[in-house]
Order: sequence, then structure tokens, then C-alpha cells
Amino acid sequence: MFKKLLIANRGEIASRIIRTCQKLGIQTVAVYSEADAEAPFVSQADEAHLIGGPRVNESYLNMVKILEIAKQTGAEAIHPGYGLLSENAEFASRCKQEGIAFVGPSPEVIEKMGSKIEARKAMQKANVPVIPGTDAPVENEEEAVQKANKIGYPVMLKASAGGGGIGMQLVWSDQELRKAFAGNQQRAANFFGDGTMYIEKYIENPRHIEIQILADEKGNTVHLWERECSIQRRHQKVIEEAPSPFLDEETRLKMAQDAIQAAKSIGYKNAGTIEFLVDEQKNYYFLEMNTRLQVEHPITEEITGIDLVEEQLKIAAGQTLSFSQSDIKCQGHAIEARIYAEDPKTFFPSPGTITAFQVPEGKGIRHELAVSEGNAVTPFYDPMIAKLIVHGETREEVIQTLKAALQNYRVEGIKTNIPALQMIVEHEKFAQGLTPTNFLDSIKK
Amino acid sequence: MKEITSNMAGNVWKILVGVGDEIEAEQEVVILESMKMEIPIEAEDSGKIVEIKVKEGDFVNEGDVLMTYE
Repeated sequence: MFKKLLIANRGEIASRIIRTCQKLGIQTVAVYSEADAEAPFVSQADEAHLIGGPRVNESYLNMVKILEIAKQTGAEAIHPGYGLLSENAEFASRCKQEGIAFVGPSPEVIEKMGSKIEARKAMQKANVPVIPGTDAPVENEEEAVQKANKIGYPVMLKASAGGGGIGMQLVWSDQELRKAFAGNQQRAANFFGDGTMYIEKYIENPRHIEIQILADEKGNTVHLWERECSIQRRHQKVIEEAPSPFLDEETRLKMAQDAIQAAKSIGYKNAGTIEFLVDEQKNYYFLEMNTRLQVEHPITEEITGIDLVEEQLKIAAGQTLSFSQSDIKCQGHAIEARIYAEDPKTFFPSPGTITAFQVPEGKGIRHELAVSEGNAVTPFYDPMIAKLIVHGETREEVIQTLKAALQNYRVEGIKTNIPALQMIVEHEKFAQGLTPTNFLDSIKK
Repeated sequence: MKEITSNMAGNVWKILVGVGDEIEAEQEVVILESMKMEIPIEAEDSGKIVEIKVKEGDFVNEGDVLMTYE
């Protein structure tokens, strides 16, 4: 096992990784920006090094500086956490060149899964269902209509270079598609200098459900069941749970098997997550693969009793998985609520100084904290300041514990989304587990 | 002279108008970036831009004057 590890990240995930390293007797090196000097993870690490200004490109994305510190301090491995450099193939490759173990898959796999088209092709090859759509661009209106009929309405018309919803339109019939085609093609050409159009099946009221996998260097690959992550705002997850209240046993097993097959087919190593969209009839489609640890990994840890960071480190150190699929149990239920520094109504960010911070304690309650009392929440990073994870025997019990915990969660000095979280967990649709990805938007209107 | 101020701390991501431009009430004039989110800033009133006090990439605090108009 490594003697020393550098954490190329910040906030709660840096603290989380330090905790497992302490358990395993691994020395930790933190790197931090000027804005994070007072953050808890900086003092929790065995040593900490300032790497630059508050903006991420001056600090947490500065590969040269991070690698320099890794070499100076004698770190044998780098854990990238999530976000930042975690899915950067170039960084993974540079670590390799420097002889430092990157805690994650190979640069080639990161790159492949980072490209929507490449990932889609790889999954089709592995017989994992993808959202039905055109694999080649559609040239004109006639071809679009023909393809749309083959796929079946409703379909989404998309600009291949698109972003921010520009050049994208949901259409329900030939007539609507004909009307939409030229205009969107023109808009895409104007905005992106590329009018290439695609058509994809539109999934109505989808669920976002993902499968956690672990794979070692020998290719032993296991799944750790699913996480339901359908409650989102602005395509960011807010509440996640495991197991999913929506899936039946058969679908769940099929998805897990497909996830293993997907991981094996691309030669995946370390922890990874296959995200699926699931429609109302429980048909599921590959969405993307996250080649790193997920924010919501603690709920999987709670139901399986497996420390995912520990497994990541062991795999990166070349160890073989110490358990097989049949050893992995799914026990009880777990829910994670993300605490964001933001206005609970508009979801606008709310930077500022935390004047009071008290978290509820009790049976089945776990915290992952990025801040402590007196810390400033700066505008430079993601608004997530903490995660509240609740675990228990049944879903009903967990929801009760979560309600009480949210009531006793005290953050002052900044606005947080706690009132929004309370509204969600009090909602009858949530109690029934009836929450597709548009749930938050639908109850806000 | 009327002022358009920042409603939160963040970076000036885009400036959507120039000095001398005629603007309408509720028109978006600046887009700020804070905590990885883009937040449009609107003018309260209609008028003509007199001075732009920030440039793209600048860091602004809550309450800072971004531009003046009349």
C-alpha cells in the first residue's frame, strides 16, 4: 500500500479521502488555494501546500504545480476526488509519466468515456442499450422525418455542436419536425458554426439511476447496486437514495449485469459509475459513465458496508478485490441530501461567512462536511457545503430520520437549500417514491 | 444617474451592452458567474448606458456598481 498520497481536490471530498487514509495509515498531502486556507481539509491533512489563487485554473486545475508538489513531498499516488482534474485524461497520463499512481482508470478509458459519441459506440458494442437515435448526422428535412419515424415520436432534435439548449427541440409529429428542422439547423450554424443535426428518442418522465462498479487490475469486476438520483435542479443532483424505490428486482439485476459488462468491455479499472435513464416502462438506456468517485458514493457505502475510497486505493496499489459479487449485500436503505449555499427558492448562489454551524447527531446520521463555523463560502467553487447521509432499516424509517435531521440542521450567515430539501422530503410524491427527473420543476410551478 | 449593481459576489462573465446603448427595463446587461452558475443582471429601468465600471473577468462584490445609465 502507498505510504503517502496527495489529494488533488478540496472541500468535503478531500476530508473524506483523508479519513480513509488515516484508517489505512497513509500519510496525506493536501493542496489548497488562497480562498481555502481556513477550510477544514487543510488542517486535517498531515501536510498542506498552497498552490495558487482562488480561481480553479490558478490552483486546483494547475497540473504542473500539483505534480511538482507530489514529487517534492514524495507522494506515491494522487487521488483526484470528483470534478476538477478527476476526469482529465491528460492529468492521468502525466501522473503515469511521472511514475505517480493515479487513483482511477487509465487515461485511455477516461478519454473514451469522456466523448459522448465514443462512449455510445463502446456501449453499443458491449450490447448495453443506448437511447435510440441517429448515429450519423441527418442531412435534411426529408431524412430527418424518415429517421424520426423509424425511432418513433416524440423525438429530440439536437445540434451536434450544441449546448445550453440551443438548436434543440422536442417534437411530437412529422409536421412539428418539418417546422422545426430548418430553423434549428440555421440557429446551430449561427451559434456554433456547425449546423449538423441529430435525432434522439425523447424519454418521457425519466428516472436517473446509476450502478456503482469496482474493478481491479486483474479484471475482477463487481457491482455495488444502484443509486436513484432523479431529484435534480439544473441537472445537478439534490437528493439520492439506495436502493431505488422505482426498480423491480429483475430490472435492477439486468442493469447491474449490463454495467459490469460495460465496464469489462472497455477494460475499466477502479471505481466507476454507469448512469442510466429509465423510462416509465422500466426500459433503461446508457447515459454516461463517470470514471471517478461520485459525490453520492456514501449511500452505497451505507447499504453495502464497503468503504469505496479504501477499495479505490487498494486497486490503485495493485491489490486484488478481497470480495466477490456474492459477498456484497444490500442492507437497509440510505438517503443523501446535499446542502447547498443557495437561495432555496431561486437556487441562486449565496456566498458569505458561516456565522453558526451545528449539525444534528444521532443513530443512522452521517455527515460529510466542507466547512466549519466561521468559514467563508466563496464564489469560486461549487455551492455544496455539506452532505447529510441517513441510513436505516427501511425507507420509511430513513425518511423520518432525515426529516428530523433537517429540522435540527443549523446554518447561519448564508442562505441554504435546507427549506427546499424539507419541502421535498415532506412531499407525498417523495414518500411514494414517485419522483422522475422533472419532479422539482413540477412542484415549484 | 441610475446605477446597476451586483446582487452577489462573483466574476463578471459577459458584458452584454456598450456605452451609449439604449436599454429597456428588465433587459439583461451583465452576466455574472458565481459558484459555477451564470447569473444575469437586469436593468431596473430603461435608459442609455453612460459608463461601464467593470470588465469581463473582474471580480465584484455584492453591491458593487457595474454600470451607470440615465
